[in-house]
Amino acid sequence: MLRFENVGMRYGIGPEILRDINFALEPGSFHFLTGPSGAGKTTLLKLMYLALRPTRGLVHLLGRDISLTPRSELPELRRQIGVVFQEFRLIDHLSAVENVALPLRVANIKQSTIDDHVRELLSWVGLGDHLDAKPPTLSGGQQQRVAIARAIINRPRLLLADEPTGNVDDHIALRLMYLFEELNKTGTTIIIATHNEALLQKFSHPLLRLNDGQIDAVAARSDRLVAAS
Amino acid sequence: MIRFRADLPFEQDQATRFVPWIVALMVFLGALALAAATAVGGAIDGWDNNLTGRITVQVPADEASPKALSRLVDALTATPGIAQAETLSAEATRALVEPWLGTLDADLELPLPAVIDVETAVGAVFDVNLLAGRLANIAPGVIVDDHRVWLAQLIRAARTVELVAFAILALIGLTAIAAVIFATRSGLAVHAAIINLLHVMGARDAYIARQFQMQAMMLGIRGGIIGSLAAIVVLAVLTTMSAGIDVALLPSAPLSPAQWPLLIIVPVTAVIITMATARVTVLRALAEMP
Ligand SMILES: Nc1ncnc2c1ncn2[C@@H]1O[C@H](COP(=O)(O)OP(=O)(O)O)[C@@H](O)[C@H]1O
Ligand SMILES: [Mg+2]
Repeated sequence: MLRFENVGMRYGIGPEILRDINFALEPGSFHFLTGPSGAGKTTLLKLMYLALRPTRGLVHLLGRDISLTPRSELPELRRQIGVVFQEFRLIDHLSAVENVALPLRVANIKQSTIDDHVRELLSWVGLGDHLDAKPPTLSGGQQQRVAIARAIINRPRLLLADEPTGNVDDHIALRLMYLFEELNKTGTTIIIATHNEALLQKFSHPLLRLNDGQIDAVAARSDRLVAAS
Repeated sequence: MIRFRADLPFEQDQATRFVPWIVALMVFLGALALAAATAVGGAIDGWDNNLTGRITVQVPADEASPKALSRLVDALTATPGIAQAETLSAEATRALVEPWLGTLDADLELPLPAVIDVETAVGAVFDVNLLAGRLANIAPGVIVDDHRVWLAQLIRAARTVELVAFAILALIGLTAIAAVIFATRSGLAVHAAIINLLHVMGARDAYIARQFQMQAMMLGIRGGIIGSLAAIVVLAVLTTMSAGIDVALLPSAPLSPAQWPLLIIVPVTAVIITMATARVTVLRALAEMP
Protein backbone atom coordinates (compact mmCIF):
# COMPACT_ATOMS: atom_id res chain seq x y z
CA MET A 1 0.00 0.00 0.00
CA LEU A 2 2.63 2.51 1.05
CA ARG A 3 6.39 2.05 1.18
CA PHE A 4 9.23 4.55 1.63
CA GLU A 5 12.81 3.57 0.78
CA ASN A 6 15.70 5.79 1.87
CA VAL A 7 13.57 8.87 1.40
CA GLY A 8 15.19 12.22 2.03
CA MET A 9 13.50 15.60 1.83
CA ARG A 10 14.71 19.17 1.98
CA TYR A 11 12.97 22.43 1.11
CA GLY A 12 15.03 24.29 -1.47
CA ILE A 13 18.61 24.49 -0.32
CA GLY A 14 17.65 24.18 3.36
CA PRO A 15 18.65 21.36 5.67
CA GLU A 16 17.33 17.86 5.17
CA ILE A 17 14.05 17.75 7.11
CA LEU A 18 13.64 14.03 6.56
CA ARG A 19 16.45 11.57 5.94
CA ASP A 20 16.67 7.85 5.37
CA ILE A 21 12.99 7.22 5.91
CA ASN A 22 12.20 3.52 5.54
CA PHE A 23 8.90 1.87 6.31
CA ALA A 24 6.12 -0.15 4.71
CA LEU A 25 2.42 -0.10 5.58
CA GLU A 26 -0.06 -2.89 4.83
CA PRO A 27 -3.44 -2.17 3.22
CA GLY A 28 -6.12 -1.71 5.84
CA SER A 29 -3.67 -0.72 8.58
CA PHE A 30 -4.16 2.14 11.04
CA HIS A 31 -1.12 4.13 12.19
CA PHE A 32 -0.35 7.17 14.26
CA LEU A 33 2.45 9.37 12.97
CA THR A 34 4.00 11.03 16.00
CA GLY A 35 6.94 13.18 16.94
CA PRO A 36 7.54 16.59 18.43
CA SER A 37 6.43 19.75 16.70
CA GLY A 38 8.74 20.50 13.78
CA ALA A 39 9.81 16.84 13.46
CA GLY A 40 8.52 16.70 9.88
CA LYS A 41 5.12 15.01 10.28
CA THR A 42 3.36 17.36 7.91
CA THR A 43 6.20 17.08 5.42
CA LEU A 44 6.01 13.29 5.52
CA LEU A 45 2.24 13.42 4.94
CA LYS A 46 2.78 15.77 1.99
CA LEU A 47 5.11 13.21 0.45
CA MET A 48 2.38 10.60 0.98
CA TYR A 49 -0.36 12.62 -0.69
CA LEU A 50 1.96 13.63 -3.54
CA ALA A 51 2.04 17.35 -2.81
CA LEU A 52 5.84 17.08 -2.70
CA ARG A 53 8.38 14.95 -4.48
CA PRO A 54 11.16 13.53 -2.32
CA THR A 55 14.63 14.94 -2.96
CA ARG A 56 15.94 11.39 -2.84
CA GLY A 57 14.72 7.86 -2.25
CA LEU A 58 11.70 5.95 -3.51
CA VAL A 59 8.03 6.28 -2.66
CA HIS A 60 5.76 3.36 -3.56
CA LEU A 61 2.08 4.18 -3.35
CA LEU A 62 -0.93 2.07 -4.31
CA GLY A 63 1.30 -0.28 -6.28
CA ARG A 64 3.15 2.45 -8.18
CA ASP A 65 6.71 3.70 -7.96
CA ILE A 66 6.00 7.43 -7.90
CA SER A 67 9.32 8.47 -9.41
CA LEU A 68 8.54 6.31 -12.46
CA THR A 69 4.94 7.47 -12.79
CA PRO A 70 4.31 10.11 -15.45
CA ARG A 71 2.96 13.38 -14.10
CA SER A 72 -0.24 12.95 -16.11
CA GLU A 73 -1.09 9.78 -14.15
CA LEU A 74 -0.64 11.33 -10.71
CA PRO A 75 -4.14 12.91 -10.53
CA GLU A 76 -5.68 9.42 -10.70
CA LEU A 77 -3.52 8.35 -7.76
CA ARG A 78 -4.32 11.49 -5.75
CA ARG A 79 -8.04 10.79 -6.14
CA GLN A 80 -7.55 7.60 -4.15
CA ILE A 81 -6.12 9.51 -1.21
CA GLY A 82 -8.25 11.50 1.24
CA VAL A 83 -6.61 14.22 3.29
CA VAL A 84 -7.91 16.02 6.39
CA PHE A 85 -5.71 19.10 6.65
CA GLN A 86 -4.71 20.61 9.95
CA GLU A 87 -6.35 23.94 9.10
CA PHE A 88 -9.22 22.14 7.25
CA ARG A 89 -8.66 24.22 4.09
CA LEU A 90 -12.32 24.66 3.29
CA ILE A 91 -13.22 27.12 0.55
CA ASP A 92 -15.02 29.99 2.23
CA HIS A 93 -17.19 31.12 -0.65
CA LEU A 94 -18.57 27.63 -1.32
CA SER A 95 -21.32 25.98 0.73
CA ALA A 96 -20.75 22.82 2.78
CA VAL A 97 -22.29 20.78 -0.02
CA GLU A 98 -20.08 22.41 -2.66
CA ASN A 99 -16.96 21.95 -0.55
CA VAL A 100 -17.62 18.28 -0.04
CA ALA A 101 -18.51 17.84 -3.71
CA LEU A 102 -15.14 19.21 -4.90
CA PRO A 103 -13.22 15.91 -5.09
CA LEU A 104 -16.05 14.48 -7.22
CA ARG A 105 -16.24 17.51 -9.46
CA VAL A 106 -12.50 17.41 -9.90
CA ALA A 107 -12.86 13.78 -10.99
CA ASN A 108 -15.51 14.83 -13.55
CA ILE A 109 -18.32 12.90 -11.91
CA LYS A 110 -21.85 13.77 -13.06
CA GLN A 111 -23.43 16.60 -11.02
CA SER A 112 -26.66 14.63 -10.49
CA THR A 113 -24.76 11.72 -8.92
CA ILE A 114 -22.74 14.14 -6.81
CA ASP A 115 -25.63 15.92 -5.09
CA ASP A 116 -27.43 13.00 -3.46
CA HIS A 117 -24.18 11.41 -2.47
CA VAL A 118 -22.86 14.57 -0.82
CA ARG A 119 -26.07 15.33 1.09
CA GLU A 120 -26.20 11.80 2.40
CA LEU A 121 -22.63 11.94 3.67
CA LEU A 122 -23.08 15.36 5.30
CA SER A 123 -26.15 14.01 7.10
CA TRP A 124 -24.10 11.01 8.21
CA VAL A 125 -21.52 13.29 9.85
CA GLY A 126 -24.37 15.22 11.50
CA LEU A 127 -24.48 18.28 9.27
CA GLY A 128 -27.83 17.58 7.59
CA ASP A 129 -29.08 20.96 8.81
CA HIS A 130 -26.10 22.91 7.49
CA LEU A 131 -25.90 21.73 3.90
CA ASP A 132 -25.85 25.18 2.39
CA ALA A 133 -23.90 26.94 5.14
CA LYS A 134 -20.64 28.64 4.22
CA PRO A 135 -17.66 27.46 6.31
CA PRO A 136 -17.12 30.80 8.13
CA THR A 137 -20.58 30.45 9.67
CA LEU A 138 -19.81 26.99 11.08
CA SER A 139 -18.13 26.12 14.39
CA GLY A 140 -14.65 24.57 14.43
CA GLY A 141 -16.07 21.09 15.03
CA GLN A 142 -18.59 21.50 12.22
CA GLN A 143 -15.91 22.75 9.86
CA GLN A 144 -13.82 19.71 10.68
CA ARG A 145 -16.69 17.39 9.87
CA VAL A 146 -17.09 19.12 6.50
CA ALA A 147 -13.36 18.62 5.96
CA ILE A 148 -13.64 14.93 6.87
CA ALA A 149 -16.68 14.44 4.65
CA ARG A 150 -14.70 16.00 1.80
CA ALA A 151 -11.75 13.69 2.50
CA ILE A 152 -13.86 10.53 2.36
CA ILE A 153 -16.48 11.44 -0.26
CA ASN A 154 -14.80 9.44 -3.01
CA ARG A 155 -14.04 6.42 -0.81
CA PRO A 156 -10.27 6.83 -0.68
CA ARG A 157 -8.07 3.81 -0.18
CA LEU A 158 -5.71 5.85 1.97
CA LEU A 159 -6.89 8.46 4.47
CA LEU A 160 -4.40 10.91 5.97
CA ALA A 161 -5.21 13.34 8.79
CA ASP A 162 -2.86 16.05 10.03
CA GLU A 163 -3.35 16.84 13.75
CA PRO A 164 -7.13 16.31 13.46
CA THR A 165 -7.65 16.76 17.18
CA GLY A 166 -5.57 19.91 17.43
CA ASN A 167 -8.41 22.38 17.00
CA VAL A 168 -11.37 20.64 18.64
CA ASP A 169 -12.63 19.73 22.13
CA ASP A 170 -11.70 16.41 23.69
CA HIS A 171 -15.13 14.80 23.26
CA ILE A 172 -15.18 15.80 19.61
CA ALA A 173 -11.67 14.39 19.20
CA LEU A 174 -12.89 11.12 20.64
CA ARG A 175 -15.89 10.96 18.31
CA LEU A 176 -13.55 11.70 15.47
CA MET A 177 -11.34 8.75 16.39
CA TYR A 178 -14.34 6.43 16.42
CA LEU A 179 -15.28 7.74 12.99
CA PHE A 180 -11.78 6.95 11.68
CA GLU A 181 -11.95 3.47 13.18
CA GLU A 182 -15.30 2.98 11.50
CA LEU A 183 -13.74 3.88 8.16
CA ASN A 184 -10.77 1.65 8.88
CA LYS A 185 -13.15 -1.30 9.35
CA THR A 186 -14.38 -0.78 5.80
CA GLY A 187 -10.83 -1.30 4.56
CA THR A 188 -9.46 2.24 4.38
CA THR A 189 -5.79 2.53 5.31
CA ILE A 190 -5.43 5.32 7.84
CA ILE A 191 -2.52 7.45 9.05
CA ILE A 192 -3.11 10.12 11.66
CA ALA A 193 -0.37 12.62 12.46
CA THR A 194 -0.65 13.76 16.06
CA HIS A 195 1.35 14.66 19.09
CA ASN A 196 -1.67 14.43 21.34
CA GLU A 197 -0.38 12.19 24.15
CA ALA A 198 -3.85 11.52 25.59
CA LEU A 199 -4.98 10.20 22.21
CA LEU A 200 -1.89 8.03 21.88
CA GLN A 201 -2.54 6.61 25.36
CA LYS A 202 -6.19 5.88 24.66
CA PHE A 203 -5.84 4.23 21.26
CA SER A 204 -3.44 1.41 20.65
CA HIS A 205 -2.72 1.73 16.94
CA PRO A 206 0.93 1.27 15.95
CA LEU A 207 3.20 4.30 15.78
CA LEU A 208 5.41 5.77 13.11
CA ARG A 209 7.61 7.89 15.34
CA LEU A 210 9.60 10.72 13.76
CA ASN A 211 12.60 11.98 15.58
CA ASP A 212 15.35 14.21 14.25
CA GLY A 213 14.18 13.63 10.67
CA GLN A 214 14.17 9.86 10.95
CA ILE A 215 11.65 7.17 11.77
CA ASP A 216 13.05 5.76 14.97
CA ALA A 217 10.38 3.16 15.48
CA VAL A 218 7.44 1.46 13.86
CA ALA A 219 6.09 0.26 17.14
CA ALA A 220 3.42 -2.40 17.13
CA ARG A 221 2.43 -1.61 20.73
CA SER A 222 0.81 -4.97 21.37
CA ASP A 223 1.48 -4.15 25.00
CA ARG A 224 -1.16 -1.44 24.98
CA LEU A 225 -3.84 -3.23 22.95
CA VAL A 226 -5.48 -4.56 26.06
CA ALA A 227 -5.28 -1.32 27.95
CA ALA A 228 -7.01 0.60 25.15
CA SER A 229 -10.02 -1.69 24.87
CA MET B 1 -23.76 39.80 -16.43
CA ILE B 2 -23.66 36.04 -16.90
CA ARG B 3 -21.87 34.12 -14.16
CA PHE B 4 -20.21 30.75 -14.14
CA ARG B 5 -19.67 28.58 -11.15
CA ALA B 6 -16.01 28.68 -10.19
CA ASP B 7 -14.14 27.03 -7.35
CA LEU B 8 -11.97 30.14 -7.24
CA PRO B 9 -13.39 33.44 -5.94
CA PHE B 10 -12.40 35.51 -8.95
CA GLU B 11 -14.76 38.38 -8.17
CA GLN B 12 -12.38 39.51 -5.41
CA ASP B 13 -9.44 39.90 -7.80
CA GLN B 14 -8.08 43.40 -8.28
CA ALA B 15 -5.65 42.70 -11.10
CA THR B 16 -8.40 41.64 -13.52
CA ARG B 17 -10.24 44.96 -13.23
CA PHE B 18 -8.46 46.60 -16.16
CA VAL B 19 -8.56 43.60 -18.51
CA PRO B 20 -12.02 44.42 -19.95
CA TRP B 21 -10.89 47.98 -20.67
CA ILE B 22 -7.77 47.00 -22.51
CA VAL B 23 -9.76 44.38 -24.46
CA ALA B 24 -12.34 47.09 -25.19
CA LEU B 25 -9.60 49.35 -26.53
CA MET B 26 -8.25 46.49 -28.66
CA VAL B 27 -11.70 45.73 -30.06
CA PHE B 28 -12.51 49.40 -30.65
CA LEU B 29 -9.32 50.12 -32.58
CA GLY B 30 -9.44 46.71 -34.24
CA ALA B 31 -12.93 47.38 -35.56
CA LEU B 32 -11.89 50.82 -36.83
CA ALA B 33 -8.75 49.39 -38.45
CA LEU B 34 -10.79 46.66 -40.10
CA ALA B 35 -13.35 49.17 -41.33
CA ALA B 36 -10.58 51.45 -42.62
CA ALA B 37 -8.83 48.56 -44.34
CA THR B 38 -12.08 47.43 -45.92
CA ALA B 39 -12.92 50.95 -47.07
CA VAL B 40 -9.43 51.61 -48.43
CA GLY B 41 -9.38 48.22 -50.11
CA GLY B 42 -12.76 48.90 -51.68
CA ALA B 43 -11.64 52.34 -52.88
CA ILE B 44 -8.46 50.92 -54.39
CA ASP B 45 -10.49 48.37 -56.34
CA GLY B 46 -12.73 51.16 -57.59
CA TRP B 47 -9.76 53.27 -58.67
CA ASP B 48 -8.26 50.33 -60.50
CA ASN B 49 -11.41 49.82 -62.53
CA ASN B 50 -12.16 53.46 -63.24
CA LEU B 51 -8.82 54.98 -63.91
CA THR B 52 -6.03 52.68 -64.86
CA GLY B 53 -6.99 52.33 -68.48
CA ARG B 54 -7.04 56.10 -69.00
CA ILE B 55 -4.81 58.97 -69.90
CA THR B 56 -6.01 62.56 -70.24
CA VAL B 57 -4.41 65.09 -72.50
CA GLN B 58 -4.98 68.74 -71.58
CA VAL B 59 -4.65 71.32 -74.28
CA PRO B 60 -4.29 74.97 -73.17
CA ALA B 61 -7.35 77.01 -74.10
CA ASP B 62 -5.44 79.25 -76.55
CA GLU B 63 -4.04 76.24 -78.45
CA ALA B 64 -7.33 74.35 -78.53
CA SER B 65 -8.51 75.16 -82.03
CA PRO B 66 -10.78 72.50 -83.55
CA LYS B 67 -8.07 71.85 -86.15
CA ALA B 68 -5.31 71.33 -83.59
CA LEU B 69 -7.59 69.12 -81.53
CA SER B 70 -8.45 66.86 -84.43
CA ARG B 71 -4.74 66.57 -85.35
CA LEU B 72 -3.96 65.63 -81.79
CA VAL B 73 -6.72 63.02 -81.76
CA ASP B 74 -5.44 61.58 -85.03
CA ALA B 75 -1.88 61.43 -83.71
CA LEU B 76 -3.08 59.71 -80.54
CA THR B 77 -5.25 57.19 -82.35
CA ALA B 78 -2.28 56.30 -84.55
CA THR B 79 -0.10 55.54 -81.52
CA PRO B 80 0.22 51.80 -80.83
CA GLY B 81 -1.34 50.86 -77.46
CA ILE B 82 -4.03 53.52 -77.58
CA ALA B 83 -7.48 52.16 -78.19
CA GLN B 84 -9.46 55.33 -78.44
CA ALA B 85 -9.11 59.11 -78.13
CA GLU B 86 -11.95 61.58 -77.93
CA THR B 87 -12.22 65.29 -77.21
CA LEU B 88 -14.55 65.98 -74.29
CA SER B 89 -17.35 68.47 -74.83
CA ALA B 90 -17.21 71.78 -72.98
CA GLU B 91 -20.01 70.58 -70.66
CA ALA B 92 -18.16 67.38 -69.85
CA THR B 93 -15.02 69.38 -69.06
CA ARG B 94 -16.94 71.67 -66.73
CA ALA B 95 -18.46 68.61 -65.05
CA LEU B 96 -14.94 67.28 -64.45
CA VAL B 97 -13.81 70.36 -62.55
CA GLU B 98 -17.09 70.82 -60.70
CA PRO B 99 -16.12 68.77 -57.64
CA TRP B 100 -13.17 71.14 -57.13
CA LEU B 101 -14.51 74.46 -58.30
CA GLY B 102 -18.25 74.12 -57.79
CA THR B 103 -20.91 74.73 -60.42
CA LEU B 104 -19.64 77.11 -63.05
CA ASP B 105 -21.77 79.57 -64.84
CA ALA B 106 -21.85 78.67 -68.52
CA ASP B 107 -21.44 82.30 -69.47
CA LEU B 108 -18.55 82.84 -67.07
CA GLU B 109 -15.61 83.14 -69.40
CA LEU B 110 -13.15 81.04 -67.53
CA PRO B 111 -10.65 79.73 -70.07
CA LEU B 112 -10.94 76.01 -69.47
CA PRO B 113 -8.43 73.81 -71.28
CA ALA B 114 -9.74 71.30 -73.75
CA VAL B 115 -9.49 67.73 -72.55
CA ILE B 116 -8.89 64.68 -74.69
CA ASP B 117 -9.89 61.48 -72.99
CA VAL B 118 -7.60 58.63 -74.05
CA GLU B 119 -8.35 54.97 -73.44
CA THR B 120 -5.31 52.71 -73.53
CA ALA B 121 -5.45 49.14 -74.73
CA VAL B 122 -5.42 46.50 -71.96
CA GLY B 123 -1.89 45.97 -70.71
CA ALA B 124 -0.45 48.62 -72.99
CA VAL B 125 2.96 49.98 -72.06
CA PHE B 126 4.39 53.06 -73.72
CA ASP B 127 6.56 56.02 -72.98
CA VAL B 128 4.40 58.90 -71.79
CA ASN B 129 7.24 61.42 -72.15
CA LEU B 130 7.85 60.43 -75.75
CA LEU B 131 4.14 60.78 -76.44
CA ALA B 132 4.05 64.19 -74.72
CA GLY B 133 6.99 65.35 -76.90
CA ARG B 134 5.28 64.35 -80.10
CA LEU B 135 2.02 66.01 -79.07
CA ALA B 136 3.85 69.23 -78.11
CA ASN B 137 5.04 69.50 -81.72
CA ILE B 138 1.41 69.72 -82.79
CA ALA B 139 0.19 71.97 -79.93
CA PRO B 140 2.72 73.58 -77.56
CA GLY B 141 1.86 73.45 -73.87
CA VAL B 142 0.02 70.11 -74.03
CA ILE B 143 0.00 68.23 -70.74
CA VAL B 144 -0.23 64.44 -70.78
CA ASP B 145 -1.68 63.21 -67.53
CA ASP B 146 -1.08 59.55 -66.88
CA HIS B 147 -3.38 58.61 -64.02
CA ARG B 148 -1.57 55.37 -63.66
CA VAL B 149 1.47 57.07 -62.17
CA TRP B 150 -0.19 59.08 -59.44
CA LEU B 151 -2.73 56.36 -58.89
CA ALA B 152 0.07 53.94 -58.14
CA GLN B 153 1.39 56.44 -55.60
CA LEU B 154 -2.05 56.89 -54.11
CA ILE B 155 -2.52 53.15 -53.81
CA ARG B 156 0.90 52.86 -52.17
CA ALA B 157 -0.04 55.58 -49.69
CA ALA B 158 -3.34 53.89 -48.94
CA ARG B 159 -1.61 50.56 -48.37
CA THR B 160 0.82 52.27 -46.00
CA VAL B 161 -2.10 53.64 -44.02
CA GLU B 162 -3.50 50.12 -43.86
CA LEU B 163 -0.17 48.73 -42.67
CA VAL B 164 0.22 51.35 -39.96
CA ALA B 165 -3.33 50.67 -38.76
CA PHE B 166 -2.59 46.97 -38.46
CA ALA B 167 0.76 47.60 -36.77
CA ILE B 168 -0.98 49.71 -34.13
CA LEU B 169 -3.60 47.01 -33.76
CA ALA B 170 -0.90 44.36 -33.30
CA LEU B 171 0.76 46.49 -30.62
CA ILE B 172 -2.52 46.85 -28.76
CA GLY B 173 -3.06 43.11 -29.12
CA LEU B 174 0.34 42.47 -27.54
CA THR B 175 -0.48 44.89 -24.74
CA ALA B 176 -3.74 43.06 -24.13
CA ILE B 177 -1.92 39.73 -24.03
CA ALA B 178 0.60 41.14 -21.55
CA ALA B 179 -2.26 42.48 -19.42
CA VAL B 180 -4.01 39.10 -19.41
CA ILE B 181 -0.76 37.32 -18.51
CA PHE B 182 -0.21 39.76 -15.65
CA ALA B 183 -3.79 39.40 -14.39
CA THR B 184 -3.64 35.61 -14.67
CA ARG B 185 -0.31 35.37 -12.83
CA SER B 186 -1.61 37.55 -10.06
CA GLY B 187 -4.75 35.39 -9.96
CA LEU B 188 -2.59 32.30 -9.63
CA ALA B 189 -0.78 33.92 -6.69
CA VAL B 190 -3.94 35.15 -4.98
CA HIS B 191 -5.65 31.77 -5.29
CA ALA B 192 -2.58 29.63 -4.69
CA ALA B 193 -4.08 27.98 -1.60
CA ILE B 194 -7.21 26.80 -3.39
CA ILE B 195 -5.23 25.79 -6.48
CA ASN B 196 -2.96 23.68 -4.28
CA LEU B 197 -6.00 22.12 -2.67
CA LEU B 198 -7.57 21.24 -6.02
CA HIS B 199 -4.23 19.87 -7.16
CA VAL B 200 -3.84 17.47 -4.25
CA MET B 201 -7.47 16.40 -4.65
CA GLY B 202 -6.47 15.10 -8.06
CA ALA B 203 -7.54 17.97 -10.30
CA ARG B 204 -5.87 17.88 -13.67
CA ASP B 205 -4.13 21.05 -14.85
CA ALA B 206 -6.82 21.47 -17.49
CA TYR B 207 -9.53 21.51 -14.79
CA ILE B 208 -7.86 24.46 -13.05
CA ALA B 209 -6.94 26.16 -16.33
CA ARG B 210 -10.57 25.94 -17.45
CA GLN B 211 -11.65 28.11 -14.53
CA PHE B 212 -9.17 30.82 -15.45
CA GLN B 213 -10.20 30.46 -19.07
CA MET B 214 -13.87 30.96 -18.21
CA GLN B 215 -12.97 33.97 -16.10
CA ALA B 216 -10.88 35.38 -18.97
CA MET B 217 -13.80 34.74 -21.32
CA MET B 218 -16.16 36.75 -19.11
CA LEU B 219 -13.67 39.63 -18.94
CA GLY B 220 -13.06 39.39 -22.68
CA ILE B 221 -16.78 39.41 -23.51
CA ARG B 222 -17.30 42.41 -21.26
CA GLY B 223 -14.48 44.25 -23.03
CA GLY B 224 -15.65 43.04 -26.43
CA ILE B 225 -19.12 44.45 -25.88
CA ILE B 226 -17.82 47.82 -24.69
CA GLY B 227 -15.32 48.10 -27.54
CA SER B 228 -17.81 46.97 -30.19
CA LEU B 229 -20.44 49.44 -29.04
CA ALA B 230 -17.93 52.29 -29.12
CA ALA B 231 -16.75 51.26 -32.60
CA ILE B 232 -20.32 50.98 -33.90
CA VAL B 233 -21.13 54.47 -32.64
CA VAL B 234 -18.03 55.99 -34.26
CA LEU B 235 -18.53 54.13 -37.55
CA ALA B 236 -22.22 55.07 -37.64
CA VAL B 237 -21.29 58.72 -37.16
CA LEU B 238 -18.66 58.49 -39.93
CA THR B 239 -21.19 56.82 -42.23
CA THR B 240 -23.75 59.56 -41.61
CA MET B 241 -21.16 62.27 -42.15
CA SER B 242 -19.76 60.77 -45.34
CA ALA B 243 -23.25 60.44 -46.79
CA GLY B 244 -23.24 64.22 -47.31
CA ILE B 245 -19.90 64.26 -49.09
CA ASP B 246 -19.54 63.09 -52.64
CA VAL B 247 -15.97 62.97 -53.82
CA ALA B 248 -15.17 60.64 -56.65
CA LEU B 249 -12.07 59.13 -55.11
CA LEU B 250 -13.41 58.50 -51.59
CA PRO B 251 -15.66 55.59 -50.67
CA SER B 252 -19.16 56.77 -49.88
CA ALA B 253 -19.21 55.06 -46.45
CA PRO B 254 -16.61 53.26 -44.29
CA LEU B 255 -18.61 50.08 -44.51
CA SER B 256 -21.33 48.93 -46.84
CA PRO B 257 -24.35 47.31 -45.16
CA ALA B 258 -23.04 43.89 -46.21
CA GLN B 259 -19.70 44.54 -44.51
CA TRP B 260 -21.05 45.46 -41.06
CA PRO B 261 -21.48 41.83 -39.88
CA LEU B 262 -17.80 41.32 -40.71
CA LEU B 263 -16.98 43.40 -37.61
CA ILE B 264 -18.02 40.54 -35.29
CA ILE B 265 -14.67 38.95 -36.17
CA VAL B 266 -12.91 41.56 -34.01
CA PRO B 267 -14.52 40.93 -30.58
CA VAL B 268 -14.62 37.17 -31.21
CA THR B 269 -10.90 37.18 -31.98
CA ALA B 270 -10.23 39.33 -28.90
CA VAL B 271 -12.13 36.91 -26.64
CA ILE B 272 -10.31 33.90 -28.12
CA ILE B 273 -6.93 35.60 -27.63
CA THR B 274 -7.83 36.46 -24.03
CA MET B 275 -8.93 32.89 -23.24
CA ALA B 276 -5.96 31.27 -24.93
CA THR B 277 -3.52 33.56 -23.14
CA ALA B 278 -5.03 32.77 -19.75
CA ARG B 279 -5.01 29.06 -20.50
CA VAL B 280 -1.39 28.94 -21.62
CA THR B 281 -0.28 31.06 -18.65
CA VAL B 282 -2.01 28.77 -16.16
CA LEU B 283 -0.85 25.54 -17.76
CA ARG B 284 2.75 26.76 -17.75
CA ALA B 285 2.58 27.69 -14.08
CA LEU B 286 0.89 24.43 -13.05
CA ALA B 287 3.48 22.36 -14.90
CA GLU B 288 5.89 23.42 -12.15
CA MET B 289 3.82 21.56 -9.53
CA PRO B 290 4.72 17.95 -8.71
N1 LIG C 1 7.39 25.00 2.92
C1 LIG C 1 8.46 24.92 3.75
N2 LIG C 1 9.60 25.54 3.41
C2 LIG C 1 10.69 25.47 4.20
N3 LIG C 1 10.72 24.81 5.36
C3 LIG C 1 9.62 24.18 5.78
C4 LIG C 1 8.43 24.20 4.97
N4 LIG C 1 7.48 23.49 5.62
C5 LIG C 1 8.06 23.03 6.75
N5 LIG C 1 9.33 23.43 6.87
C6 LIG C 1 10.26 23.11 7.94
O1 LIG C 1 10.35 21.72 7.99
C7 LIG C 1 10.41 21.28 9.33
C8 LIG C 1 9.33 20.26 9.58
O2 LIG C 1 8.10 20.89 9.45
P1 LIG C 1 6.74 20.07 9.51
O3 LIG C 1 6.80 19.01 8.48
O4 LIG C 1 5.63 21.05 9.40
O5 LIG C 1 6.79 19.43 10.94
P2 LIG C 1 5.61 18.99 11.92
O6 LIG C 1 4.39 18.82 11.09
O7 LIG C 1 6.08 17.73 12.48
O8 LIG C 1 5.45 20.06 12.93
C9 LIG C 1 10.27 22.51 10.22
O9 LIG C 1 11.57 22.90 10.64
C10 LIG C 1 9.72 23.54 9.28
O10 LIG C 1 10.20 24.81 9.62
MG1 LIG D 1 2.56 19.72 11.18
